[in-house]
Amino acid sequence: MINITVNEKNFRFGEGKTLFDVKKAVKPDADVVIINGFQTAVDTEINEGDSIALIKKGEIPSRDEMEFLMAARHTPGIHRVLKKSSAAVAGLGGLGSNIAINLARMGLGRIKIIDFDVVEPSNLNRQQYFINQIGKNKVDALFETLRQINPYLEYERENVYITEDKVEEIFSGYQVVLEAFDKAENKAMLIGKFMRVFPEKCIIGASGVAGIYDTKSLGVRQLGKNAYIVGDMENEAKPGRGLMSTRVAVAAGIQSNLAVRYLMGDL
Amino acid sequence: MNIIVNGKKREVADSLTVKELLEKLNIKPDTVVVELNRDIIGRQQFEMTKIKENDQLEIVRFVGGG
Repeated sequence: MINITVNEKNFRFGEGKTLFDVKKAVKPDADVVIINGFQTAVDTEINEGDSIALIKKGEIPSRDEMEFLMAARHTPGIHRVLKKSSAAVAGLGGLGSNIAINLARMGLGRIKIIDFDVVEPSNLNRQQYFINQIGKNKVDALFETLRQINPYLEYERENVYITEDKVEEIFSGYQVVLEAFDKAENKAMLIGKFMRVFPEKCIIGASGVAGIYDTKSLGVRQLGKNAYIVGDMENEAKPGRGLMSTRVAVAAGIQSNLAVRYLMGDL
Repeated sequence: MNIIVNGKKREVADSLTVKELLEKLNIKPDTVVVELNRDIIGRQQFEMTKIKENDQLEIVRFVGGG
């Protein structure tokens, strides 16, 4: 007998059976067949230890199926670490809303989102909210979206204006923090305070993301042992130089990728 | 006395405080994170912290937008 897993459950099949025999026996209406991380349309003999996913298009995956699909996409090594990891996103504007979505798509086990504001029409040029969410607290609006992306992660919401005296309490219990505030003063406050109270953790901030300048100017500057700042360090948002989706999203992507690299021990 | 600010040598008045240095550089103190000899200085300490000969400072100035 050959032992395999199909959609994360154990099965035993006789010698000489093929992938399509398995599909016929377990989920004959599946349209997508993935064996050991590769999607295939070619029938092959199964081997001991094979990991097979059978997916019916249009069907909502169970927790175990979702788990398997994420592991298949990200490779099991990365998925295993990220699902046990945690991150907090401070500020849910153009940077923060994009970062939170990136981290949910990466399958981070625990994500905290923090903001004090409500969704307003002028946010929609770059922030990940929808017309029907106008007037809602950003933490609640984004929470809805994150659950649509991956309902099996653990999310925490806090509707609060972050001041220096609250930093320790808000971020304890999270491995990495993404600073995604709008005002320079708040950025400096959070990063300075965080570096002092959590020297063993990591904070990833941004400065200089406005306009539509060349994205090559978005660098990463390391500060001390545990802080990274993404941006050109110059181009602040001001009249005549607005915040726009394309460049802000690139900076958010760089911040998110740094967080993932930190959690994987690659930084 | 001589100090190093963001990797560059500078000559400044003796016993200058961090706050005075920021003023001299025309930088708003509440928009920066300051490292003095690799330690982060809390913003409440800018006024009391005196800079010494050969000190190394890293001043990161933040701009708004996010």
